Amino acid sequence: MTQITSEALSHEAHTSEIPLSWRRYFSFSTDHKVIGIQYIVTAFFFFLVAGIFAMIMRGELITPETDLIDRTVYNALFTMHGTIMLFGWMFPVLAGFANYLVPLMIGARDMAFPRLNAVAFWLVPVFGSLFILSFLVPGGPAQAGWWSYPPVSAQNPSGQWLNGEFIWLLAVVISGVSSIMGAVNIVTTIVRMRCPGMGWFKMPVFVWTVLAAQIIQLFGLPALTAGSVMLLCDLSFGTTFFDPAQGGDPVLFQHFFWFYSHPAVYVMILPVFGIFSEVFPVYARKPLFGYKVVAISSLIITGLSAVVWVHHMFASGTPGWMRMLFMFSTMLISVPTGIKVFAWVGTIWGGKLRLDTAMLFALGGLINFVFAGITGIMLSSVPIDIHVNNTYFVVGHFHYVIYGAIVFGLYAGIYHWFPKMTGKMYYEGLGKLHFWLTFLGTALNFLPMHPLGLMGMPRRVASYDPEFAFWNVLASIGAFVLGMSTLPFLVNVFAAWIAGKQAPDNPWRAIGLEWLVSSPPDVENFEEIPIIVSEPYGYGKSEPLTENMGG
Amino acid sequence: MKLKTSATLTAIALALGTISIWIGQLSYSWLPPQASAESQLVDNLFSFLVTLGTFILLGVTGTVMYSVLFHRAGRYDLSDGPPIEGNVTLEVVWTTIPFLLVLWIALYSYQTYTEMSIRGPMEMAHMHKLEAIAPAYAEPINKATESMTNIEVEAKQWAWIFRYPEKNITSTELHLPVDCRAHLILRSPDVIHGFYIPAFRVKQDIIPQQNIDFEFTPIRTGKYRLRDSQYSGTYFAAMQADVVVESMTDYKQWLAEATQNIPSLAPNQAANEYAEREQESAKAGWATVVPAAAPMVNYHP
Repeated sequence: MTQITSEALSHEAHTSEIPLSWRRYFSFSTDHKVIGIQYIVTAFFFFLVAGIFAMIMRGELITPETDLIDRTVYNALFTMHGTIMLFGWMFPVLAGFANYLVPLMIGARDMAFPRLNAVAFWLVPVFGSLFILSFLVPGGPAQAGWWSYPPVSAQNPSGQWLNGEFIWLLAVVISGVSSIMGAVNIVTTIVRMRCPGMGWFKMPVFVWTVLAAQIIQLFGLPALTAGSVMLLCDLSFGTTFFDPAQGGDPVLFQHFFWFYSHPAVYVMILPVFGIFSEVFPVYARKPLFGYKVVAISSLIITGLSAVVWVHHMFASGTPGWMRMLFMFSTMLISVPTGIKVFAWVGTIWGGKLRLDTAMLFALGGLINFVFAGITGIMLSSVPIDIHVNNTYFVVGHFHYVIYGAIVFGLYAGIYHWFPKMTGKMYYEGLGKLHFWLTFLGTALNFLPMHPLGLMGMPRRVASYDPEFAFWNVLASIGAFVLGMSTLPFLVNVFAAWIAGKQAPDNPWRAIGLEWLVSSPPDVENFEEIPIIVSEPYGYGKSEPLTENMGG
Repeated sequence: MKLKTSATLTAIALALGTISIWIGQLSYSWLPPQASAESQLVDNLFSFLVTLGTFILLGVTGTVMYSVLFHRAGRYDLSDGPPIEGNVTLEVVWTTIPFLLVLWIALYSYQTYTEMSIRGPMEMAHMHKLEAIAPAYAEPINKATESMTNIEVEAKQWAWIFRYPEKNITSTELHLPVDCRAHLILRSPDVIHGFYIPAFRVKQDIIPQQNIDFEFTPIRTGKYRLRDSQYSGTYFAAMQADVVVESMTDYKQWLAEATQNIPSLAPNQAANEYAEREQESAKAGWATVVPAAAPMVNYHP
């Protein structure tokens, strides 16, 4: 019955919409599709900003000495690069995909709480602006890294009450509140608002992975938010939770931080696993191999993700038994993840592959992810981690995860659903150019970081010994290639959105509810709520997906 | 047909195996010189994981590339592939094998870890209560012939200072006798620093207001770099020192010579850079924690 009530509510909310005008993207819209695109576009802006920070850093690192920027500026840049990439780009862009796709994929007219949804989105420009405006306060922005470990983060050298670290903590807390709002909304929507016939094992894997990811937000984020509030009190109000000189424990903050921030990596990668699982069947013309196992393994990853955080602290001052326990739990994650990788390979195998841009990004992302997974296993092994912990090996590893796998997956998703979202076709040639530049840039930028870390170059350094120069030059060139690679993408989406060819409802001949409605979908999504009769991914079979809408 | 398939698969596995073993052997050269007993153990484990990882990476990438090359749809081919939805045997196999591999890797890592006998802070806390009793840990590395006095390591924003209590001397260069288990006590008065010597493959965070015991065994004479591995603020990158591993005779001679020296001002990059920055009229950066004054020590390079 709740279903009907919330649908009626969202119906009411929509009648006041400005119909199909560009202005609605700048309004307090409660349409999940508008909010989804608002999230994605806003997040992409922050992606470019934090990317420019990275290019300045790589400019500094092209020579061993500090010769481009002051050390404080370098430290501020790497802090804000990591922070804005995660809180300004990753979480919002994924919230955007979940917002846009989940209601369409489960046959709902909107999210469960449309107004909460809009509020959660409008907090993104608020905390995003706070991050950027913190460059203007006298002491400069936060310079303690995106982990913000005390005591460094509580030192406040400027002596000002309004300092960069203060703004940073405030913005992180607001971001946490926004994400928790989003998580409540998305989980409720998936649990309560599936259309008739959409049993758990009729849901597309993307919906499964979003559910798995948002459950992590619900149990993990409160720890980080509480830790940030306590650190804010230490910094500004004289408490000593984490001050070792006055009986506090700085390692406790590391537990609060990683209790959320490691699972956060799964919050980011799980929906991308979902995108892979949607894209491969379409462009290989085959059902997803082992659908149920792939779906369930997402939840296994959610469970395991809660018990691995101490692997970030193997060198911190962790007792031996904890090191061994968390080493084993971390390694176990490779089992459900491996199942997914093999399932995607099984999906591609023997298919009829069509290498459109979305498929290229998904394939590239898959290969990058396998590489990142292998270095991940190495890092989970305590003796190896003790050597490479806090070196460029870790930086290389997680950029392979975050850029090589997640950003590739996001690009695959953007290209795949671009015709649905905008009603226009993108330009395939520019898309392929974008893919090859991105793939080359990623390898050139992030592969050299692995040998650097093995040789013993610590992360977060503004200067380094000359023995590391060669690989750093390569990495810097790669960073500039990666920066340039976004240009064909931007040209492509802007040109296509304005003047692209009109997209049909289902340009990829894909199976799924979102492809049964017009491109772009009407405000109400479905004229008539669909009734599901088949499992997803019925490629090669001739059974209809729904009772009333065909497919 | 079945025989032909398994023969092909075996041949591919053998070829991949050979390449993987070769890359695994090559991986030793990606690491710094093996200057401690621990480094040999770590490198063997790393080489094993590189071998295994190469096999998996080549296997998956090879399969994907094969599909991309040979399973492409023709230009006008709008048909679907075979509707294969899964294969229970295959799924059980590719769950079981990774699980067994994980067990193997975990056991091997555990064994290496025990052999390294890195002490966690729990053991350390335990030791402090029973200070009079000699540590009951079996020395796993036989090369440790002679027990040394603890060397006190002070890490502060942004300098390393080493104190040798038996002679009551200080230095900004860490001298250690070769083939001798080194005992260090790590301390920090300000923030968390990390004690990291890449050539030794050892690392330990230094938590302020704690004494952290740390041990390892240098086995190769030479000069190595000690780096701060836990981000410690503005001049973090400049917080490096040299580690000199020398024969026991040379080490004793160095100690004796250093005893003769009157403490003098050691060069310190952070303090220098800060002084320079303060003199510039147009300051390029933001406020920073003021670096500790350059240390007065008996010996500096």
